[in-house]
Amino acid sequence: MTDESSNLNAVTAGGARFGQTLTRAGHLWRSALFSGPAVLWLGLLLLLPMMLILGVSFLTRGEYGGMGLPVTLENYQRLAGFGELGFDNLYPVILLRSLLLGAGTAMLCLLAGLPLAFFVARLPGRWKNVALTLVVVPFWTNLLIRTYAWQIMLSPESWLSRAAHAVGIGVAGEPLYPGAFAVMLGMVCDFLPFMALPLYASVEKIDWTLAEAAADLGANRWRVFRHALLPQIVPGLVAGVILVFLPATGQFVIPDLLGGAKTAMLGNVIQQQFATSRDWPFGAAISTVALLLVGLGLWVYLRRGNREDTVL
Amino acid sequence: MRRSWPLNLVSALLYVFLYAPIVVVIVYSFNAARFGAGWTGFTTQWYSALWHNPAALSAARNTLLLGGFSTAIATLLGTLLAVGLCRYEFPGRRFFSRLLYVPVFIPDIVLAVALLLTYSLLRSGIGFFEPGLTTMILAHVTFQIPFVAIVVRSRLAGLDPSLEEAARDLGANELRTFWHVTLPLILPGVMAGGMLAFTLSLDDFVVSFFTSGPGSTTLPILIYSSVKRGITPDINALSTIIILASVAGTVLVAGLQRLRAPERH
Repeated sequence: MTDESSNLNAVTAGGARFGQTLTRAGHLWRSALFSGPAVLWLGLLLLLPMMLILGVSFLTRGEYGGMGLPVTLENYQRLAGFGELGFDNLYPVILLRSLLLGAGTAMLCLLAGLPLAFFVARLPGRWKNVALTLVVVPFWTNLLIRTYAWQIMLSPESWLSRAAHAVGIGVAGEPLYPGAFAVMLGMVCDFLPFMALPLYASVEKIDWTLAEAAADLGANRWRVFRHALLPQIVPGLVAGVILVFLPATGQFVIPDLLGGAKTAMLGNVIQQQFATSRDWPFGAAISTVALLLVGLGLWVYLRRGNREDTVL
Repeated sequence: MRRSWPLNLVSALLYVFLYAPIVVVIVYSFNAARFGAGWTGFTTQWYSALWHNPAALSAARNTLLLGGFSTAIATLLGTLLAVGLCRYEFPGRRFFSRLLYVPVFIPDIVLAVALLLTYSLLRSGIGFFEPGLTTMILAHVTFQIPFVAIVVRSRLAGLDPSLEEAARDLGANELRTFWHVTLPLILPGVMAGGMLAFTLSLDDFVVSFFTSGPGSTTLPILIYSSVKRGITPDINALSTIIILASVAGTVLVAGLQRLRAPERH
């Protein structure tokens, strides 16, 4: 059986149940009817733009901010730090900072997501849904609004700032933003649900008898967690880390509002190239790097088999 | 399992942390103070001021138009896509199913500039594609379709096939089965997908920002420019309204997704 006809058979399992077996042509025109429009739309407005970005990244900046030939690798060289005037670590640093802040956000979300996941899993049946919905609701409100709210919360007069100053963080009279601390705070607050949900999906399926057995055998609570529980939630953990790390690294709004010039991330640089600097080829190069990162993460995410019931 | 007070306490604090930004904005929308974060008294004047703010009203109009049109298109295309991907084979179906996840993971700024670039090139090539409401609608549908398709697809996967089988056994052809049996069964999923799409459109800033033109400012774009100049209380009032709309939408979506299909017998 060829791979193609086994595909057909797999998909037509539904068709066969209807008492009809569709021919290949039958599949094709129905696909054209149902999948066609969306495929066309996404092909033109998703696939094509991504390919254009890739293509433009090899062009040169035109005189009036446009783009044109010659074809060059210069944009990528600049990204790697090898600009015209010798080595300049500006962009490698920004890239590194984005990766670090993304990873840091993922780690903090993991630390915060674990207690949440276990808390919800232990709730009685009906309350689980309520608790989960409560976790998700903030995520679906406007990120811009939630982010500028942190500006309010981190302003010098706020009690949060005063408490931090009292403990020695920051300088009295100055806001706690812009800066890396504020960016992390904003990102963790935004991405926590994205970590909590896949974690919960795994925690929900935990076989607690393994933990009981470990405890019976004399393991303390940490060892029970580390050896009997943690291995069981690895799928949710991996999903959560990917779901947080990838978007966090490419964030624009949060570093824009809470970060400032010294905490620029990939997203900010991309925005600059397309807004003020008008260096579209360079912006396209950065975007391509971001796309590659996303592609890599997507590949890892889809490979582990998306068995879990996520909010998506 | 034993009650664990440390776990409950930490979780409660985390919930507070999650909702802090929302609560702050809502609370401060009633703050009589014009500047600064100090509280000087309760007032609803900022809400009434919104009614007389032409920029806010125009932005609200644009936001709703954009949301309405894009949601309608995306729900239609996304639902059809979900059915098509689940049931009918075509060359490249697998690849395309994977592609569907790209808008979910892609940083919004990358999608935004990619569309900006595409529109610009199309403009110099074949004309049209002036930045405006139309380009924004096109952009929004693009990131909405995958979400609708994913939601409807999961609803489809949970369907009991015997219902459609029964219809066919009773003599209904494919079209009648689809229209009278399948569609009503997946309707909660379609509506959930639609609400999700609308919420996404309502909340979108980055993509809108890069694909908008003069006169097509939306509420998020308005809020962004205002925030850049310094937060004022009427922005808090506007934001509160938007937040409550999103919350209502999310709760509706959650409720719709819980609606069960008829039980198997």
